[in-house]
Amino acid sequence: MFKPIIEGKIFKVGDDIDTDQIYPGRYLYLTSPEEMAVHAMEDVIADFYKKIEGEDWIIAAGKNFGCGSSREHAPRALLYAGVKAIVAESFGRIFYRNALNVGLPAVKCSGIVKEVQQGSLIQINLKEGLIVLGTPEKTLSIEKFSPQLLAILKNEGLIPYMKKYGKYSHLKNI
Amino acid sequence: MHPLYQILADAAGRDKVTPGEFIIAKVDLAEINDLYLQVIMSFKEMGGDKIWDSQKVTFVMDHYAPPPTIKAAENQTKMREFAKEQGIKYFFDINRGVCHQVMPEEGLVWPDMVLVATDSHTTTHGAFGAFSTGIGATDMAAVLLTGEIWFRVPEIIKIKIQGKIRKGVMAKDIILYIISQLGTDIALYKAVEYTGETVTDMSLDERLVLCNMAVEMGAKATYIKPDKKVWDYISLVNPQKIQECRPIKQINEKENEVYESVYNFDISNLEPQVALPYRVDNVVPVSQVAEEPINQALIGTCTGGRINDIKIAAQILKGRKIFSSVRLLIIPVSNKILEKCIELGYIQTLLNAGATLVTPSCGPCLGAHEGVLSSGESCISTSSRNFPGRMGSSEAKIFLSSPATAAASAIKGVITDPREFL
Repeated sequence: MFKPIIEGKIFKVGDDIDTDQIYPGRYLYLTSPEEMAVHAMEDVIADFYKKIEGEDWIIAAGKNFGCGSSREHAPRALLYAGVKAIVAESFGRIFYRNALNVGLPAVKCSGIVKEVQQGSLIQINLKEGLIVLGTPEKTLSIEKFSPQLLAILKNEGLIPYMKKYGKYSHLKNI
Repeated sequence: MHPLYQILADAAGRDKVTPGEFIIAKVDLAEINDLYLQVIMSFKEMGGDKIWDSQKVTFVMDHYAPPPTIKAAENQTKMREFAKEQGIKYFFDINRGVCHQVMPEEGLVWPDMVLVATDSHTTTHGAFGAFSTGIGATDMAAVLLTGEIWFRVPEIIKIKIQGKIRKGVMAKDIILYIISQLGTDIALYKAVEYTGETVTDMSLDERLVLCNMAVEMGAKATYIKPDKKVWDYISLVNPQKIQECRPIKQINEKENEVYESVYNFDISNLEPQVALPYRVDNVVPVSQVAEEPINQALIGTCTGGRINDIKIAAQILKGRKIFSSVRLLIIPVSNKILEKCIELGYIQTLLNAGATLVTPSCGPCLGAHEGVLSSGESCISTSSRNFPGRMGSSEAKIFLSSPATAAASAIKGVITDPREFL
């Protein structure tokens, strides 16, 4: 079910984290969620999937998160590993589409990196377009979703969306 | 209106489009490669049965050509079955080459089309005047289902390149230099148009390099105004399209009304460039990195494996031998290019020099197979990315360069200015 409010702990990463780092090319032939999850971010953070086990984590990234290849394996691996959402200054454009298409909320928020620390609490309110940070409490705004993207997000990805509507039908506000 | 906007307006059934707005566009060609069994999985999960148009879809088996693992082989088998069952008109198996060369060779790319492919380097086809962009598996599944895709109409950045290219300098050097100056996210969510006398004077092969690498600046699409070189090529590969393509209209607005920003580059004094690990914008002139030892040199891929690239490598290596501890991989971008290189004697020259010939494919560029690196190794490569772990071990180093620099480096075993051999 679509959750308009997502809460979790921050997993902080830097600028220009490319899709080779998120999901190495040597595993691109894998298609099952269990197999893909264990390789998420493995070249950047060893055993990332184990480190985020049992708790809700949200990745906070600098600019250009997910730049590089078009591999949808990258957001899928993060999703399968249990990442709840990604907040970044900006995203590689294909990664951004892929994340929303597979039902992983990706939100753009200018200035996020300097406001958060590893492990600090964050709440993303997709309905209000806001981010609320734990201590010290602070509110930031996120870039508004277009109606079409919001409709995909609300349906938890493009697969359920297409299953329901069979075509793109939300260019205008819903 | 810019020609890219004209393409998008036509595809969306509108009179005009403006940057920032969202449109639903009709797709002229959808290409899927063999990394993307997920396309078929997502299509079926969407409830898909028959694809929207079997004449507008192409499959290219290029990333695992030939397959290195049982799982990769099984994925290809499933894709072959799907293509057969759907009656997909253009199926190119492992004996054809990389999609970004195979599609133009087969006459599937033309000015004023909308092309989407499951590969980020799809920006390449702006060199033919197409609106072409990379998408992921589930986006592609929706294209197979509906024939449509949503786009945010991109702002356009104009990059004007002036000056005569010096001997030993190639398009790859120019684009590496431009990326180093503008950064890896300058064109995020935007399109890039290349203009200027340097671009006009370039061969199509060299223009393809500029457009291919634009994605490393974040670009969604690229554009070079089609000229005689493009129309001559189209008339060879798909003469019928010459009649069908709309004439390209002049832009009537002022420059600042069309372009978000304009950047000017004079490359008259540019020397060969090298991108150091692990960023494409971490670029220095070759003189600053000369003497860096290498274990492997790779000449090939969708960025650097065309006739022009293999020709210069053969020129440099003719009558010479590669350094004793260096492996030189030659990966022509397509079988047609390989055949031409054989015919022109380049392959024999390179084999005599000690090169290893790899089948036309993406090769080790993405770390899948056919020449991956062990930890601690260094490779100079004509490919497009030097991220950690891109070509195998994340402890290996990748230096990006032109084919000329890669060939010269293979001779000496250290990164070398190609002008020494030209």
